Amino acid sequence: MTLPFDAAPLHLILLIPAFSAVVLAFVPNYRLGAAINVLAAGATFAVSVVLLTGERFRGDIFIVDDFNIYLVTLTTFVGFTTAVFSASYIGHELEIGRLTPTLLRFYHALYQAMLGAMNVALTANNIGLLWVGVEVAMLSTVMMVGIYRTPEAVEAAWKYFILGSVGIAFAFFGTILIYLAAQETLGEGLPAMAWDLMRESAAKFDPKLLSLAFVFLLVGYGTKIGLAPFHAWLPDAHAEGPTPISAVLSGLLLNVALYALLRFKMIMSANPGTIDVGIIMMALGLVSLVFAAFMLYRRRDIKRLFAYSSIEHMGIMTFAFGIGGPFANFAGLLHMTMHSLTKSAIFFAVGNVAQAKGTQSIADIKGLSVTHPVLAVGLATGVIAIAGLPPFGVFTSEFMLVSSSFARQPVLAVVLVFGLMVAFGALVWRLQDMLFGEPSGEAHPVKASYLPMCLHLAIVLVAGVWLPEPLVQWFKAVAAQLG
Amino acid sequence: MRTLAFDVAHLLAGTMLALSFLLLYQVRITATLNVFALQAIALSLSVAWQALIQDAPHLLVTAAVALVVKGIVIPTALHRIVRRLGIHREIEEVLGAGPTMLIGLGLVALSFLLVLPVGEKVSILAREDLAFALAVILLGLLMMITRRNAVTQIVGFMSLENGLILAASGAKGMPLVVELTVAMSILIAFIVFGVFVFRIRERFDTIDVRALDQFRGERRDTP
Repeated sequence: MTLPFDAAPLHLILLIPAFSAVVLAFVPNYRLGAAINVLAAGATFAVSVVLLTGERFRGDIFIVDDFNIYLVTLTTFVGFTTAVFSASYIGHELEIGRLTPTLLRFYHALYQAMLGAMNVALTANNIGLLWVGVEVAMLSTVMMVGIYRTPEAVEAAWKYFILGSVGIAFAFFGTILIYLAAQETLGEGLPAMAWDLMRESAAKFDPKLLSLAFVFLLVGYGTKIGLAPFHAWLPDAHAEGPTPISAVLSGLLLNVALYALLRFKMIMSANPGTIDVGIIMMALGLVSLVFAAFMLYRRRDIKRLFAYSSIEHMGIMTFAFGIGGPFANFAGLLHMTMHSLTKSAIFFAVGNVAQAKGTQSIADIKGLSVTHPVLAVGLATGVIAIAGLPPFGVFTSEFMLVSSSFARQPVLAVVLVFGLMVAFGALVWRLQDMLFGEPSGEAHPVKASYLPMCLHLAIVLVAGVWLPEPLVQWFKAVAAQLG
Repeated sequence: MRTLAFDVAHLLAGTMLALSFLLLYQVRITATLNVFALQAIALSLSVAWQALIQDAPHLLVTAAVALVVKGIVIPTALHRIVRRLGIHREIEEVLGAGPTMLIGLGLVALSFLLVLPVGEKVSILAREDLAFALAVILLGLLMMITRRNAVTQIVGFMSLENGLILAASGAKGMPLVVELTVAMSILIAFIVFGVFVFRIRERFDTIDVRALDQFRGERRDTP
């Protein structure tokens, strides 16, 4: 029951962010702060790789299994590249006076707090701790969304805060109900909140109580995932915060919330008497996909556009896990990874575009291919990848999902393909507007680094062409676990 | 089953629910804050009673936190904000008191119908507690929806959270309850802190949905 010696890396991925968050709150120089931020995020990533290659283990509080360790690695990796991007990005924000050095101190500390909280949520075995991790990660992003302190930013932060809190409240109620269901069998105390023990003995739980609990958990964590109709906070939060935060919101926080929901789905599927969770998830996923696909057409703000695209892709993943079975789960896991990498790359590009053109309005961003060719290629590659065209990784996962859903749910597959096509059209149309045409408005040189964006896109491209065999085996094993 | 322990728990949880209804139709912010403070005190008594009958002394910490933070500190802080901003007069409601109360009654019926039939193995005490808690949660949610003012939205959220703590304290032997409820208090403190830090004065002045529309979706329109 106790953690073995191998647990040292686990402690480190939680302690490094916690410690650096405290340090960063007291570093007055923003360049030094940014450097420490990059260093800490890099160290966390390095430790997570050690954890990845090490042994799996469990305790009543923490657990490391095949499912969460891959997400921990992904999270710390994107956390690291985003920190690199942010280091080169924020200098410009300081110059144009949108941020002050004091606020930057705050920003860096919150960034590490968020990364640490996400690691807590991902590695927690105790479902209460899982809830705390998601809550703290959400709170730190709320503060960062409002950091520009314009009326719009405050409004967005407030909306995020209120809706997010209601979501978190529902998730808490669901957690209590799950505990009540478990304590009959597992007895009072910590084991009755340990996820892996619950899953083992879930067949003996009261199915009605479990079903009720899942409804609350679905609404609670579903709000965090950004599923329609609980998505209202998401576009505002993405559009008004600093771009590195949009990148981690889309790329990481939504994934963490989905991960939490999947953990509970696994408990549910271990009990035959519960409601059919898959159908509910399929329905919510499809509604989010189709709704967001149509909403893409009316966006005029570039960050809002890609925020809706995130809702769309979270819908696709939820649908995939709703279908279930080894093949669809595999597609869902791959899509989680690919979307996370691609969407953060797009937001890196969008951040550069917004700084170069001095605006987020799509109508004012024209002729990028003339003024900023490298940026235009990066943005175009990202959008083509996220729209689901080959040879990128998103195509692979969407193709797998479509083919498996035609086999299992042919009617829903038609809706799925329809949604994908609608979203594809909107993204390509908007992309054309931005890339071509007569250049207008300001055109500053790009200050921020291209490196993180290129790295992400390269990985997505490689994954689309060739998935390494060990990775395939791994995803297969996790997909089988997910049931 | 019908013991003193049961009746007192019932009475205290029922008091919280009644106070939730009272919150729904208050027209003055100061009165809303006072009713909320009363509800927090009822919560604290209820949690303390649970600590006694479950023989779980750690719940007393939760009760004390609820009493001090939500019964005293936060209402006082909010009173100060309200006075400083001069918004103590009236609350703009989306719905009138009558329809709101009717919806509230419906929500209470819903939560009892939802919770009581499930979990026959769980003790009736815990189940009734959960039903009361869910009713308080839903009424808090209703209050957040029917009010447009940031302070009353906060009060609605805190009332919702009172329901959560009631639910958590009723779940016998649940580990980490104290830690979790403290985490919730941190969340609350953040909201109040956020009101100070962001100086969201505008929100208090015009918290009209119409005024918010300009911040939504198409606000960056170029004519």
